[in-house]
Amino acid sequence: MSELTVPGAAPGVPVKRELNSERFAGLAQRHGALAVLAVVVIAASLIWPTFSNGDNLAGIAVHSFYPVIIALGMTFVIVSGGIDLSVGSVFALGGVLAAYASQWGPVAAIGLPLAVCAVFGLVQGTIIAKTGMAPFIVTLAGLLGARGLLLAVTTEGSKTYLFPAGDGFVRLAQGKLFGISYPVYAAVLLAVLAAVLLQRTKYGQALFAVGGNEDAAALMGLPVARIKILTYTLCGLLAGLAGVLNAAWTGSGVTIIGVGDELNAIAAVVIGGTLLVGGAGGISGTVCGVLLLGVIQNVINQIGSLTSSVQSVVSGAFLVVVVVAQTYLSKARRLR
Amino acid sequence: MSELAARPGWDRRQLARYVQNYGVYAAVVVLLAYNALFTRNFVDMGNMRTQLVQVAPVIIVALGMALVIGTEGVDLSVGSVMALAAAVIPLYLGFGLWPAIIMSLLIGLAAGLVNGTLVAVVGLQPIVATLALLVAGRGIALVIAGGQLKQVHNADLIALGTNDVAGLPVVVWIAAVLALLTGLLVRRTTYGRQLVAIGGNRAAAGLAGLPVRRVLIVTYVLCGVLAGLAGVLATARLRASDPSAIGNLMELSAITAVVVGGTPLSGGKVRVLGTVAGALVMQLVRATLIKHDLPDSTAQMVQAVIILVAVYVARERRTR
Repeated sequence: MSELTVPGAAPGVPVKRELNSERFAGLAQRHGALAVLAVVVIAASLIWPTFSNGDNLAGIAVHSFYPVIIALGMTFVIVSGGIDLSVGSVFALGGVLAAYASQWGPVAAIGLPLAVCAVFGLVQGTIIAKTGMAPFIVTLAGLLGARGLLLAVTTEGSKTYLFPAGDGFVRLAQGKLFGISYPVYAAVLLAVLAAVLLQRTKYGQALFAVGGNEDAAALMGLPVARIKILTYTLCGLLAGLAGVLNAAWTGSGVTIIGVGDELNAIAAVVIGGTLLVGGAGGISGTVCGVLLLGVIQNVINQIGSLTSSVQSVVSGAFLVVVVVAQTYLSKARRLR
Repeated sequence: MSELAARPGWDRRQLARYVQNYGVYAAVVVLLAYNALFTRNFVDMGNMRTQLVQVAPVIIVALGMALVIGTEGVDLSVGSVMALAAAVIPLYLGFGLWPAIIMSLLIGLAAGLVNGTLVAVVGLQPIVATLALLVAGRGIALVIAGGQLKQVHNADLIALGTNDVAGLPVVVWIAAVLALLTGLLVRRTTYGRQLVAIGGNRAAAGLAGLPVRRVLIVTYVLCGVLAGLAGVLATARLRASDPSAIGNLMELSAITAVVVGGTPLSGGKVRVLGTVAGALVMQLVRATLIKHDLPDSTAQMVQAVIILVAVYVARERRTR
């Protein structure tokens, strides 16, 4: 599993001398998800020998690749102090468009959905940045709009487009290297790129500034509107890409997927230590958050006697515990 | 008004304010008028009855949501709370109708207490605090119900979903009475004023000595209980407790009704009548599109545009 975690500490933490307890609180907040993931994985491998075999771990990885890609975009949006409820619908739209466009070849199958989803994010970002409307409500409308667009493309959801038999893109997406599917490598690569973008570029630094204090960022001369628009565009693009890869992997554009995926993405990002108020967070935590939710699901499957509804109970309880712990940790750091 | 008239651009502002205050009611009237003229069999008793029965649970949930949004919060868990309430009904229906309803409302109360405590005492953002229960609540409901739909045969409960009182369905009366009570609660009670003050500026309200935590918790509890009641009514209408379907995406319908009704997401204002009208607008739009054989895809995109326009119109209030 270790190859899926991305090194690099979350920035956005003020440079100041910290007391030991504060430093511990900070570490726990930023890397808590990684620690819990390690504990859960070790415990699960000790209890269920079948958990740690290669096929099972590869299975967790392959079920996590598209949630990771969606959650990457969500991390950027949440760091900027916003939220994007449309990603589940955009994810489904991307997949449907990919399968629809696959009749014109792989370039269209990738290009059309990415273009549409990026434009979708661009429109949402522009509305949010230029009118000052709440991201929550704009992307809620986006959730409905993208689903509507999807239904329009698929003649009201009745048509499921398939990739042509033997399509090269599908074969690539379903191929494996060292027993791990190619889309997993794509997700890892994207996570590394996202971490670099967030932590090593001017855009990333500006994003933390905007999320931390928008007015201050504007006074410093940062192009706040442009940064926000770029962020929502990126989020739409990544959700669309997740849809494209998932559609290629399954060989079809399923219309009913993605409902509620925005909430899973938000949960993973928050569990990963990114603050919902913006201005702090990191990619490695998000990846851990997604994997943790995937591992929990897998463990529940290992137990066997439990139904899948227990999984949502555990995920929800987990979310509360993590967020409550984070709230107290960040209070501990703020109070001297 | 006279000193305002001297300022340039006043006409536009006045117009904007009229649209903000009365736009949603005008939309209801326009939609009804349009359908009366151009849609066959729309304005007749049978159809109106169907529309009202369908919109009643949305109104009930949206009333609670309006209170929560008035505190600058949001409650994403209402749909799951409806499922929870529905799931416990078959367990207690053996003891009679009222014990079952009371247990459902208590479940809603408990859910609201959890949400309210996480928001008011722990200090979580309302989106995350209630997201947890949205995710977990339906899971718990499914576990309680054993993952199954259970048919309900209690005649009293079914009567609640289908009977009429004075020509209108019981559910519609319940929604109307609750809307009236919520309006009185907001306008005429200390709690209502405190809620609005806290939503407007929580820090200032705290400094002024208002019981911020208590008011917040009570608000989430009210929202939970109303969602629980909506779950009971949905079960009564379906004649079955179906925790996997009841209340699905209700949070979106409720938030939309509140927002279209002109309650700002930034808190400090609760428009109860507007919320009722907002729910009616969305219902009428959907019904109009269906009656004209427009596909679901168009309906969803139209709803998206309505939400954006409603929030854009309400937004100008803050820059005034």
